[in-house]
Amino acid sequence: MSNFAIRVENLSKQYRIGASQPHYNTLRDQLVSSLKSLVWRKDRSSAGPTTFWALSDLAFEVKQGEVLGIIGPNGAGKSTLLKVLSRITEPTAGVAEIYGRVGSLLEVGTGFHAELSGRENIYLNAAILGMRKAEIKRKFDAIVEFSGVEQFVDTPVKHYSSGMYVRLAFAVAAHLEPEILIVDEVLAVGDIAFQNKCLGKMEEIAHEGRTVLFVSHNMGAISNLCTSVMWLEQGKLVAHGEVQSTISAYLKSSSVTSDTDSKHWRRHGTGEAQITEVNLLDCDGNKCAIFRMGETIIIEFDVEFFQRMASVDFSVEFKRTDMGLHVLHLVNQDCGFYIGQSQKGKRRFRVEIPHCLLYPAQYQIILCIWAPGTAVDYVEDVLEFTMIQSDISRRTSPLSMHTQAIFYTPSQWQEIPMQD
Amino acid sequence: MLVKVSASPAPTSSAPPVSTTGRPHLVIQPRKGFLHIDFGALWQYRELLYFLVWREVKVRYKQTILGSAWAILQPLFTMVIFTAIFGNFARIPSDDLPYPLFAYTALLPWTYFSQAISRSGTSLVDNANMINKVYFPRLIIPLAAVVTPFVDFFLAFLVLLGMMIWFGIAPGWNALALPLFLLLACVTALATSLWLSTLNVKYRDVRHTIPFLMQLWMYASPIAYPVSLIPEKWRLLYSFNPMMGVIEGFRWALLGKQSPDFRVIAMSTAIILALLVGGLIYFKCTEQTFADVI
Repeated sequence: MSNFAIRVENLSKQYRIGASQPHYNTLRDQLVSSLKSLVWRKDRSSAGPTTFWALSDLAFEVKQGEVLGIIGPNGAGKSTLLKVLSRITEPTAGVAEIYGRVGSLLEVGTGFHAELSGRENIYLNAAILGMRKAEIKRKFDAIVEFSGVEQFVDTPVKHYSSGMYVRLAFAVAAHLEPEILIVDEVLAVGDIAFQNKCLGKMEEIAHEGRTVLFVSHNMGAISNLCTSVMWLEQGKLVAHGEVQSTISAYLKSSSVTSDTDSKHWRRHGTGEAQITEVNLLDCDGNKCAIFRMGETIIIEFDVEFFQRMASVDFSVEFKRTDMGLHVLHLVNQDCGFYIGQSQKGKRRFRVEIPHCLLYPAQYQIILCIWAPGTAVDYVEDVLEFTMIQSDISRRTSPLSMHTQAIFYTPSQWQEIPMQD
Repeated sequence: MLVKVSASPAPTSSAPPVSTTGRPHLVIQPRKGFLHIDFGALWQYRELLYFLVWREVKVRYKQTILGSAWAILQPLFTMVIFTAIFGNFARIPSDDLPYPLFAYTALLPWTYFSQAISRSGTSLVDNANMINKVYFPRLIIPLAAVVTPFVDFFLAFLVLLGMMIWFGIAPGWNALALPLFLLLACVTALATSLWLSTLNVKYRDVRHTIPFLMQLWMYASPIAYPVSLIPEKWRLLYSFNPMMGVIEGFRWALLGKQSPDFRVIAMSTAIILALLVGGLIYFKCTEQTFADVI
């Protein structure tokens, strides 16, 4: 048996919800409701105290040095689990054993005070996160450098831009050096460059052999950083194991395809023919909105011709959602496929993109029907999908760090003898 | 929550200990104990206490023109008003002491006390974001709020020294007992605010009650008038107020007034300790649900 960092058994957490316990209690409310319950006894029993289990009967183990990603839909109990493990709230039942110093990062900038300067807030926030004064002093310069706000370190943070504020806050948190790091969705803030910096830092921490628990909805980040994944749903453990397979299973189960209702599409064109339905499929023919690098992407679309047309062509464009950059433009002629003349009526087409090597990011699909010289039907953002990093590249750092690169291609590397 | 921190793993009923070398071991499970104060954790987090106090002191007079002069002006103005109304117009006796000195000596511990209560009473809710996001011994929050007004107290104390020189009154050996009375004021504030701040987490009415409470409490304390004004038959009831002991103690220690009834002080100390223990139990029992209800 190897060393465990965390061992959890039968862990459960119950919350009371509903009218029986309003969020803001006042004495008056309490008096009124107890009077009410005296008068209308039945009413009370029917309403009853509603409870729900945010976590129910969880059991798992985390090895030392493991980077565990926790995934699941909203309300699955991910944050509650982190709160219990960080000792912010106590479990209703069960035991969690933790071996090592815990640092939890459920929010960046906890305890920041707007009136205080950046320097003062670094000390304050670091102390709140559990750092010693001597430790803060030692790391102070590194924190300031990481945050990139050197110039403003003596300015009250109320004058900071929100970006600077978040950078400073994360810089403090990033220099926490616990044996076990618990991170909630903190990377959801800030711009792309900053998020990548955060991911880079997280990776560095993971490589130092620390144990990390990491909640995220960003499957790219999870698959890049984690050595194992735990999937929670309604407070229960659905799966806990290998990264890629768990992520795929989760994504398949919750796959939310984009708005396929053609009434909502933004379209323009002459309109002699229209695209009526579009589907994204994986190589097994199942609907899918998330693809691992190297997988096959299949787009199927139906076209309704309202009149006879002499000659049409189709194009498929991929646009990166974050940059608005068009990264692919495919047409049917690429592979020598011609549609030719078309009668009034419906036809179905399929585009297969084998071995897609687009970078991990979100993409939108633009579909178009062309007659010579004019756009017949141009539909923007008809579907959205996500690419996630797979083991196609053997590097461990996230590909998405390189914000200017959009496409991966296999390459061979070697050292060759020098010739004088 | 029962939290054990030990260098070597402690065996639990459910599972044999896993071999670890020197890493701290922590067990998180529903709390079973009645009163369990982890003094070790409090000590471990002493620097956080320092930083919270430091934050409050720093922030307190930011963006004010007069800055920390406010610490002196508040008791000073109250003293001037009291002297004008109670000393000059109402001619309230002041035990043969100059009325300004008589009032100011009482206002010092009182100002400390009322500030401590009004900060501490709402402190948990005011720091809700911290409670929701970070672990630390929750006791540190009301503790910091009770410690912070000491800074104002010491500034205002300098004025008292000046006044004593002006009126030509030198303190005797009694002055050495002053820290004890200050401690009594501090413990009274802590005990009261443990109740208030914990209640305030669940019942936000407390926030609105505190100003009333403090006003009432002030009139029930011998600040503007001497204890001798209270009819004999009410004295016993009156001395249940621990601040009476504190104020009388201050006057005795600094101004050499006749010594306070130490039986009364012993009684108020006992009341305070009971209140403190009760407050701690209540605080500890609800502590783990703070993050859920706040």
